[in-house]
Amino acid sequence: MYDWLLFFHLLSAFLLMVTVVTYSAVAFGSVTGGRTLFVADRCWDVGGLGTLVLGVWLALYLDEYEIWDGWIIGAIVLWVVATGLGQSARERLAQADVVDGRAALVHWLRTLAVVGLLVLMVWKPGA
Amino acid sequence: MTLIAAIRPDEWNFPLFLHVLSAGVLFGAVVLAVVSVAGAGDSRAGIRLGYRSLLIGAIPAWIAMRLTAQWIADEEGWLEENVEAPAWIDIGFATSEGSLLFLVAATVCSGIAARRERAGGLRTATVVLVSITIVAYLVAIWVMTTKPE
Repeated sequence: MYDWLLFFHLLSAFLLMVTVVTYSAVAFGSVTGGRTLFVADRCWDVGGLGTLVLGVWLALYLDEYEIWDGWIIGAIVLWVVATGLGQSARERLAQADVVDGRAALVHWLRTLAVVGLLVLMVWKPGA
Repeated sequence: MTLIAAIRPDEWNFPLFLHVLSAGVLFGAVVLAVVSVAGAGDSRAGIRLGYRSLLIGAIPAWIAMRLTAQWIADEEGWLEENVEAPAWIDIGFATSEGSLLFLVAATVCSGIAARRERAGGLRTATVVLVSITIVAYLVAIWVMTTKPE
């Protein structure tokens, strides 16, 4: 049970990376088709839901961790921030003919939030 | 596994962070490549994006992922003489090293395809090669999380 929860949790996180990499290509000025952005957005939808639900499930399943541990609360806050920034980046970058600096900045902030999530997952400060 | 995660020494965290981050970038880059090339049709822009995704994203990320895997395995003592590494280490190395050949071949195919007016065969070859690497990475993710002995 634990193995499968962790596998799908990590797989969900990797789906988030598909979105981050795709939008990074857009932010660097690559021309992407609508289908590519559609897949990237769905990866965020599925990966975002998967990381959150399975992450909370893991925290409840394991005796070592509690849902109110600081690093888990921090991860949930970063998840919300990343999702909010992602929504903004999606609207700004997907509809722009030319990527403007502000749209790219929103994307890079989202990327930073995702990297921050990974830092919390690896170091688990306070655990 | 849970116990190992709980007592993991702090010195392992940084290489593990770099390993997971580079593996994530690698996975993202190959999925971007296959989606953009498969959906390119007659558009050379899609094939070019797939080619760049492999050349600038996937291959450097593969190198970082593989080097950090070596770093962690060394920290954990799996590379010492007279130590028999568990199956998940061997499977991880085998899938990553095998996938490099497919990645390089896909990069070459997409690079040539991006320069041709009609590149149906090379485009298909790129999609097939990259799809094989994606399956290999799914296996690797499963092995890294379940850690079979």
